[in-house]
Formats: sequence, structure tokens, C-alpha cells
Amino acid sequence: MSCGNEPLLSVENLKVFFHSDGTVSRAVDGVSYEVKEGETVCLVGESGCGKTVSVLAILGLVPQPPGEIPGGEILFKGRSLLELNEEALQEIRGKEISMIFQEPMTSLNPVFTIGDQIEEAITTHEAVERAEAQRRTIELLADVGIASPEERMKDYPHNLSGGQRQRVMIAMALACEPDLVIADEPTTALDVTIQDQILHLFRELKKKRQMALLYITHNLGVVAEIADRIYVMYAGIIAEVGNVEQVFRNPNHPYTMGLLASLPSRVRKGQPLYSIPGAVPDPAYKPQGCPFNPRCPYVNEICRREFPEMCDFGDHHFARCPIIFQERKNL
Amino acid sequence: MIVMNQNSKPSPAEGGVLEAPKRTLFQENWNLFRKNRLAMAGLVIFVIFFIIAVGGFFLTYGRSPVFDPALVRLQEKLRPPLSKPNLETLKPEELPRLGIYLFGTDDLGRDIFSRMLQGAWVSLTVGFIAVGIAVVIGVFLGGIAGYYGSSQIPLGHLLACLLLGGGVIAIVAGRTAMGISLILFGGATAALLIRVGYAEGKRPIPKALSVLFFNLFSVDVLITGLIDIMLCFPVFFLILTVVALIPSKIHYIMIVIGLTSWMGSARFIRAEFLSLREQDFVTAAKALGVSDWRIIFRHMVPNAMSPVLVSATIGIASAILIEAGLSFLGFGDASYATWGNILSSGKDFLFDAPWLTFVPGFAVLIVVLAFNLFGEGLRDVLNPKLKERH
Repeated sequence: MSCGNEPLLSVENLKVFFHSDGTVSRAVDGVSYEVKEGETVCLVGESGCGKTVSVLAILGLVPQPPGEIPGGEILFKGRSLLELNEEALQEIRGKEISMIFQEPMTSLNPVFTIGDQIEEAITTHEAVERAEAQRRTIELLADVGIASPEERMKDYPHNLSGGQRQRVMIAMALACEPDLVIADEPTTALDVTIQDQILHLFRELKKKRQMALLYITHNLGVVAEIADRIYVMYAGIIAEVGNVEQVFRNPNHPYTMGLLASLPSRVRKGQPLYSIPGAVPDPAYKPQGCPFNPRCPYVNEICRREFPEMCDFGDHHFARCPIIFQERKNL
Repeated sequence: MIVMNQNSKPSPAEGGVLEAPKRTLFQENWNLFRKNRLAMAGLVIFVIFFIIAVGGFFLTYGRSPVFDPALVRLQEKLRPPLSKPNLETLKPEELPRLGIYLFGTDDLGRDIFSRMLQGAWVSLTVGFIAVGIAVVIGVFLGGIAGYYGSSQIPLGHLLACLLLGGGVIAIVAGRTAMGISLILFGGATAALLIRVGYAEGKRPIPKALSVLFFNLFSVDVLITGLIDIMLCFPVFFLILTVVALIPSKIHYIMIVIGLTSWMGSARFIRAEFLSLREQDFVTAAKALGVSDWRIIFRHMVPNAMSPVLVSATIGIASAILIEAGLSFLGFGDASYATWGNILSSGKDFLFDAPWLTFVPGFAVLIVVLAFNLFGEGLRDVLNPKLKERH
């Protein structure tokens, strides 16, 4: 274990492009973020902004071709994941970094019992006997809040509800006690009460185990509840970085401001809901300069010409908007 | 693929308990299957045939079997079914065990019942082993084509494989010197590829060797091409040609039938894999660090097996038919009594001894029909779209 401020995972200027029919989609276009030990980091952004692709790249799961990683670096405990070969990556997947997927309904293999699948997660990385694997499976199922785990482990995925399946997925992800768990919108497919239970479970598990959580979501409510640090993504870049307080109370990127303004709770009763004008740019044809410029209320000539720098607003709060930065400084 | 039958849950009004019934998928499918009478009949006949065939193996096997299919009693030739043996001319050990000739005797006085028993075993093993070989090859090639389909094959790899394969063939064909030199060349190419390939990315591939890394076509193109080529041949005539060239041993016939009928399962598995590999549970297994082989054969193959199972069942029927056809044409293994060669020897006495044709003919008809009905019933049960009709 490393100590101090050394991040567990750091992604530096990562680029992931997809080639199709002669066009290049710049799905992830120079993204940097880091996760420290035991920290909960949220990646927030709307569909198609490159959140999922950037974490798939961490695990080496971006299909190549059509995908391509033309630049950037991913350091995990000081090792560069992009330079590892497939076998070395398989050692890391599930054991040191594991991932929970969005769709609990389809992420479990329908022909095996959930017990078998959790046991496989254990035996893939550790040479343990069947009985030991079974004992740990029962323990894991109990940990993720499945009632009567001895019986449930003989169930097939179709016997379980969506919330239970997501708990099973979490149990699989935790099977080898990874240092980092990546959760890719784990509650999106679930209804609000179950979502709340799952978030509660994540908090409990984090208290119990020393693990960092990289949580991907487009739900700002979820973010406010669990995040230590937030990365707001837009069109393949990081728009703003900060803790919950900074990002929610004092957003410094027009995109974050727009997102927060469109929350129903921020609009007075009777008023129409706010929405950011325009639509997300096609990742193959992004506007020149700042990718947010066609939709930005603060846009000026520089935004259409130059790619904006990351500006330091102090106290680990960054936003990629020099215009706002100037404004704040002049105040 | 797998859909729970929602109707089977008791409504809360009658049962009062909302617990889903503890029924496995097998029970679900079995209940559906039972409703299909023709398929059930097929299954029952299949089970009976299986018992008879296994029993037939033990009863006709060894030096002095209970029923000797090869015992010649020339004085008792062409006796009709159910006729009694002539006690005066036969030695006691030559008497048929049942006391009568249940299915009659052939032109050499051999007991057709004993021969049918042995033939049942031969048909069963031909069906299962040939289809087993076909399914193993089909699942393997189809799985690779479906999973690794878009990976390109460099020219050098193909060259090395052709050289090595050509060498083995040359040695088998008796050209030892040529074979060894081909294998040496192939090995050298492979070693070169491995050496250069490992360094790939760290230092550039030398210009002269870059031709070896020219991507010729994808794995998918290679395997589907192979399937299409194999499908071009009329299978029965291909088998006839091969069987005419090799010694006519029953095991060779099984292998040849297996090697020429794997294309169906390969196509099914490939098609299933194309959709399965995009499924979340495959990505989830990858994210857990499960190896590719394990994902293909443990996670994906069981999900892709149901169409293969159906085609295999029907494939057993066609393998039995092909073997009977080969024996009928005289390409079979003469050291075993098979339904085909009983038919074949019976055709000369079609009017004098029609039972020689009818008994094995009906046996083939019933068994093949049973397998087809069983296979179709299986398909109805395993296909969720057809399931709704019941």
C-alpha cells in the first residue's frame, strides 16, 4: 500500500477514439482524473460524454478496433495499465480493480447459479478450495444484504429481483477485496427506493472495507450523497473538478451551472423547468475551441477559437473556463 | 434464450403466498415438452432404442455371445419370421436362444434378430460418435469465429500453419524427407514470427519481414469460408469417396461422418456468439479477469447450446441414415451386422424373403423418425418464440 497523497489511480490526458466509416469519434478527448485510497470519486456527465469509455479503458476493455487509445497514461499503484499485456491485465481485473455494471438484469450469466458466479470470481484469482469459496460466497452475500444467503446462492439470476441482482453484482465485485471498485451507473436501472438502499449499501461497505470507489452517474442527487470529489464531464473532457460543496454551491463552469439550474428542485413552482439550449455535439464533429461553446451563455470569440485551459479556483477546485475565471478574479 | 414461464406462478388469491415456485429451468421445459405428444413418443422410442442397443451390445459381444449374429446355419436359410428351427439338423449350441427365429434368417441362415441387435448398437454408436465429433468441431470453430471474428490473420501465421500442416500430410503420405523439410521450414517461420512479434511495439518490424505481418483476412472470413466450402460438397458423395479410399472400418466411418457434418453446429454457435459477445455478462466476466477460453467455453457455450442440441438430435438421425446408406451400397464394415448391410443382403431376395428388407427398413424408419420428432419437440421447447404457442 502506498501512503500519503500518492493517488491509487491516476488517469492522465487519456484519449479514446473510435473509428467508423472514415470518421473518428473522439469519445474521450484528453481526460485526467485521480482516485486516492479510500476515496469516493464521482464522474458526472450526460450520456455519451465518455464516462463509461474512460473507465473501460482503465480495465483494458475498450474493443480495439474500432477503438483506439492514441494518447494518455493510466497509472494504478504506479504501474502503467496501458502498457500491460492481456495476461497481466487479467490479473488486475477483478482482483485489484473490479467493476459493477449498469444493467443488473443482463450482467449475470443466466445459466449459472449466483453462487457459482461469485465462487468463480473468487477462484479466478485465488487458489482456494471449493468449501472455502462457498463459505466466502455466503459471507459476501450476507455482506451485501441478501437474506438467507445459503439458499439464495442456489438461485438462478431469473429468480432474483433487479435490486437483488445488483447486490449480487456488488458481491462479485468485492469477492477478491479489490482496492478500487468502479461502479458504472449501478443504480440507473433500479427504482428510487432500491437506488437508495444500494447507495446505503455502498456507504456501509466503504466503512467496512478499505476501498476506493469510482462512481459513474448522471444523477446529481446520488453525487451529492456519496461523493468526496466530483469530476463533471462534457463531450469527452473534464469541465469541472471539486468537492460536493464547491461544485454544488459554487459552480465555476457554465455547463455545471446549467446542469444545476435544470434540477427540478432549483426551479420555483409554476415556472417551466430550465434546460441547457442545444444538444450534445456529435463526438465525430466537435466544435472548434471549447466543446461547450455553442450552448454557452458566456460564449465569446476566444471560446470559439481556443481550447480552454483548466483554471485553478483554489482549494482543489478547478474548472475549464477562463471566462468565468477572469470574472471571478475581477470581482 | 431462457424465459421463465410466468403462468406457472400461483396467483396470490389462491395460494396466498407470493413465493415463486421452486422449479428449475429443466422442470419448466420438461412440463412443456410433455404436452407435445409426438415428441414424447419420439423420446420413448429413443429410450427403448437406447436400452435395446446397449443390451444388444452385451448380448452379441464376445467369443460365445448369447445371440450370435455371425453363426451360419446353411440348412436353415431364408426361414420366415417366427418359424421354428429344425431340431434334427442343428447342434444344440446352434439353436436360436428364443426357441424360434423371431425375425427369420437370411441367405446364410444367420438369425436376423441377433443381427438386428448388433446393428442397433452399431447405429447408436455411429449416431452418437459421429454427432459428438461434429458438435465438438462445430462448437470449437463456431466459437472461435464468433468470438475472435474480427481479429486479422497475418500472412506469416497462415504460411507457418500451411507449411506445418503440409509437412504432416507429406509424412503421412510417405514422403518423409519432404515432410520433414516442410516442418522445419514451418517451424523456422513460426519461430521468426514469435521473435519479431514479441518485439512488436517496442521496435519497428524490419521492412523485409513486414510482408509476413500483412493482414490477409479475418478469422471469421477464414472459418465461414471453410464452412461454405464444406457445404458445397454433396456430403453423401464426399463420404462415399473418402470411405472408398480408406479401410472400411466402422470407426473410420463414424469419424468421416463426423468430420463432414460439423458445419451446421458451427454456424449455429457462430450466430449465437455474435449476439452473446455483446451481452453485458460477457463484459462483466471480462471485468472480473476471467480468461478468454473460460468465457467462451464456460460462459458462452452453455448459452448458445440449445439450437446445437436440436440440430445434434436430428443429426444423429441423419448419421444413422448415412451409415445405413453406406452399408447398403457395400461401403460399410462387413465384420459387423448393421441395419444397412442386412438391408443390402436382403435386396437380392426381395420377393422370396421380404422380411430381410422390411425388418431393418422399419427399424431405420422408426428410429430416424423418433429422433426427428424428439429433436423438433426439443426445438419447440427451447425456442421462447415458439413456446408461446403452447
